[in-house]
Amino acid sequence: MSTLLQPAGASDRRRIWLNAGAILGAGIVGFITFVAIFAPLLAPYDPFAFDLGRRVIPPFWMEGGSPLNILGTDQLGRDYLSRLIYGARVSMIIGVATIITSGIIGTFLGVMGGFYGGKIDDAVVFAITARLSIPVVLVALAVAGFSGGASFTMVILVLGLLLWDRFAVVARSTTMQIRNLDYVAAARCAGCSPMTVLLKEVLPNIATHLAVVATLEMALAILLEAALSFLGLGVPPPAPSWGLMISEAKEYMFFSPWIIMIPGIALFVLVLGVNLLGDALRDMLGTDLSR
Amino acid sequence: MSALLEIDDLRVTFGGTAAVRGISLTVEKGETHCLVGESGCGKSVTSLAVMGLLAKGGKREAARLSFAGEDIREYDEKRMSRLRGDRMAMIFQEPMTSLNPAYTVGSQMTEVLRRHRGTPRAQAVDRAVELLTRVGITAPGLRLGQFPHQLSGGLRQRVMIAMALMCDPELLIADEPTTALDVTVQAQILRLLAELQKDLGLGILLITHDLGIVARVADRVSVMYAGEVVESAPTAELFRAPRHPYTRGLLSCVPVPGKVKRGDPLGSIPGVVPRIPPGFSGCGFRDRCSFAEAACAGPLPRRDVGPAHEALCILPEGVPA
Amino acid sequence: MLHFLRRRVTVAILVALTVLTLSFLLTRLSGDLAISIAGPNATQEDIELIRRAYGLDRPLWVQYFDWLWRALQGDFGDSYFFKTRVARLILERMPITMTLGLCGLAIALCVALPLGILAAVKENTWVDRSVLMVALIGQAMPSFWLGLTLMIVLGLNLGWLPISGTGSWEHYVMPSIVLSFSAIPALMRLTRSGMIEALASDYIRTARAKGLSRLSILVKHGFRNAAIPVVAIAAVQLGFMLGGSIVIETVFALHGVGYLAWESISKNDFPVVQAVVLVLALIYIGLTLLSDLLNAVLDPRLRSA
Repeated sequence: MSTLLQPAGASDRRRIWLNAGAILGAGIVGFITFVAIFAPLLAPYDPFAFDLGRRVIPPFWMEGGSPLNILGTDQLGRDYLSRLIYGARVSMIIGVATIITSGIIGTFLGVMGGFYGGKIDDAVVFAITARLSIPVVLVALAVAGFSGGASFTMVILVLGLLLWDRFAVVARSTTMQIRNLDYVAAARCAGCSPMTVLLKEVLPNIATHLAVVATLEMALAILLEAALSFLGLGVPPPAPSWGLMISEAKEYMFFSPWIIMIPGIALFVLVLGVNLLGDALRDMLGTDLSR
Repeated sequence: MSALLEIDDLRVTFGGTAAVRGISLTVEKGETHCLVGESGCGKSVTSLAVMGLLAKGGKREAARLSFAGEDIREYDEKRMSRLRGDRMAMIFQEPMTSLNPAYTVGSQMTEVLRRHRGTPRAQAVDRAVELLTRVGITAPGLRLGQFPHQLSGGLRQRVMIAMALMCDPELLIADEPTTALDVTVQAQILRLLAELQKDLGLGILLITHDLGIVARVADRVSVMYAGEVVESAPTAELFRAPRHPYTRGLLSCVPVPGKVKRGDPLGSIPGVVPRIPPGFSGCGFRDRCSFAEAACAGPLPRRDVGPAHEALCILPEGVPA
Repeated sequence: MLHFLRRRVTVAILVALTVLTLSFLLTRLSGDLAISIAGPNATQEDIELIRRAYGLDRPLWVQYFDWLWRALQGDFGDSYFFKTRVARLILERMPITMTLGLCGLAIALCVALPLGILAAVKENTWVDRSVLMVALIGQAMPSFWLGLTLMIVLGLNLGWLPISGTGSWEHYVMPSIVLSFSAIPALMRLTRSGMIEALASDYIRTARAKGLSRLSILVKHGFRNAAIPVVAIAAVQLGFMLGGSIVIETVFALHGVGYLAWESISKNDFPVVQAVVLVLALIYIGLTLLSDLLNAVLDPRLRSA
């Protein structure tokens, strides 16, 4: 009867809508990845070359703009488009490196807890609880600040060490479900070592769920990097991080709002794209991971 | 004088799928009309359609749908909601989940009266106590303060029945009210319904798949198959002389003491209830029917085959006895 | 229920102790404290002097237990920069952060609950999709950038609100709005999915069969059940918001504990930072406990279990 009550057409419409989101998300992420990889070929100028004679020139479509610098120049006369293009690299590298780090930590903990259960699981749950109670931004800032200034690797390391919680939560619960499935039980009975079972049966089956988490965490990592850089304790200057660009141009924002709009919109679009991709992935898998 | 509930040519579709394909039946005051059939035949959808409770996407059409002489086809949600719970009430198959877990029994019972009659809380509570006692619940005062999860399934179904009676309805639709319950509890609930009907003059539309229940409580039976009523008759007549092959099949599935000898195989109907595709015509049962012939794919006659006895079949006198 | 609570409190205490230890390690692992305190122009003797003055020459575990013992009594030491008790500094600044957090949560709830309910009622229509889009947009908006944008639009162009600082209630409007954005998507999605589940339930069908009004069906019967997880998560979200307020307080120069922490980080004022991390973590732990309690209070099935 429940199948009868499902109005026909609604699910189709939903699928089309999902596809639109997936295509948009994939398009955005694909485009920004492309830009990040080919930054040296795409950037019209050296993103670090400054020209104090040509500072804060607005984008070409605004009054006082110049066709030489399509998106204008920043407070040091550096070409804004070139910095924006190189900034994509910073966001993408930090996003990907962070989820690799945190993904490894979280998956390891989650799978251990879910697979072995008992005391090990208690410990994992405890670690997750403890981790969640730590204010991420504050601790990341403190570590960067106290260790004598931030660096690229520092940001990755700190975020990687802090953002593993959701990987662990999802890896744990999916491992638990899979562990109890017949074919895994069969493999265990057949005398496969726990390692073999983990690598051959469990990991491939939780991989899709982890992919969803990875996209959501990547979006978070990108936002956090931008926030840290904005507060001056993330990627150090003169690197063209989008967060840092906003921070450096802050003094000019009341006279030339575009100067914070351009990197801000870039950041927004990238994070939106990653989230759209994650949502589409989640709906395709038909799993609800909203904790 | 018109019947309490009159349904003529009711059709319900979900998207392109027809769930109910033109059924007609009436429920008189003080009568129990049983709607029998296998699961998926459209019994529940019929009852929900009458109450105006179809799930989203469900479309209802009827040549006539009247309650106490009023045409309720064009009633909007607001007018229907004034009728529901007040003059027509319904109880469901799932007593475990049909009560709201967040509120006490008392709160859920009294809100019906407060909504429809604006009765003050104290009086509504009195009425609830009275009805809980009526449905055989001991310590009704205690039960009123309890939450649904603190009650057993049988108690919850009694609460549901009491709640349905809060406003003294004229019509009670009961959708498989005993299916989820233990056999002993089933019997109690059925006896209760029969008593209530006698005392209160209720018209009851009872939906069930259990012929044992039909034999015990029904005044009249309509047998449903694949969205249609294939046979309708007074209970005794139907059990004595079933005319439609499907009805016969159903009856042969039930052991009747005295008729079926020990060791005789029980009957069964091969196959399952089909999903009816859009644009389907003819008899829905023909793929499972041993009397099927080419004409079964054409339009079917609805014939009088006995006193107040109708069958939807091409066989003029029904199945040879 | 009591058993459950006892277990939760035990875990909370253990987590609190872990966080205490971590916040101690946080400052000790990130370099030699004495060198950082002394500053770049200090001589070797200055550093030695500081090391002795702050008791940094003692074995690490002695320092740890000394610190732990004091911290448990609410004594977080003196601020190197402000030269006052850290506990007092935090107590002074906490009301501002709390106000910000609570206002942010209130705004988030006022936006997320109605939109979530609306999306559930209009499931799979353009209304539903627009609401989900709002959630996605809220999720993708960098908070500091949103803050700056609001400053330009509401502060400068329209002149409705003061751009930054602490003083009147008007100073809290923009920061609260920005902070609410971090909680809206999660609350809204949860409200929506909870409502969809509730509306499809048998007891909603019963409520309709009883002829109740639409409002009563949606709010009294539907939302009452959907709200249980939402309320619980809202408490946890408040914890996250307080932790995340550092960015917003810095952007708007709102002198709460987040701003205090940021100032202290740039001045190498370890005791203050340590204490802020600790206090925020403890508040979070308290809020998760509260969330469990709220769950039990709101769900009659848990109450008697």
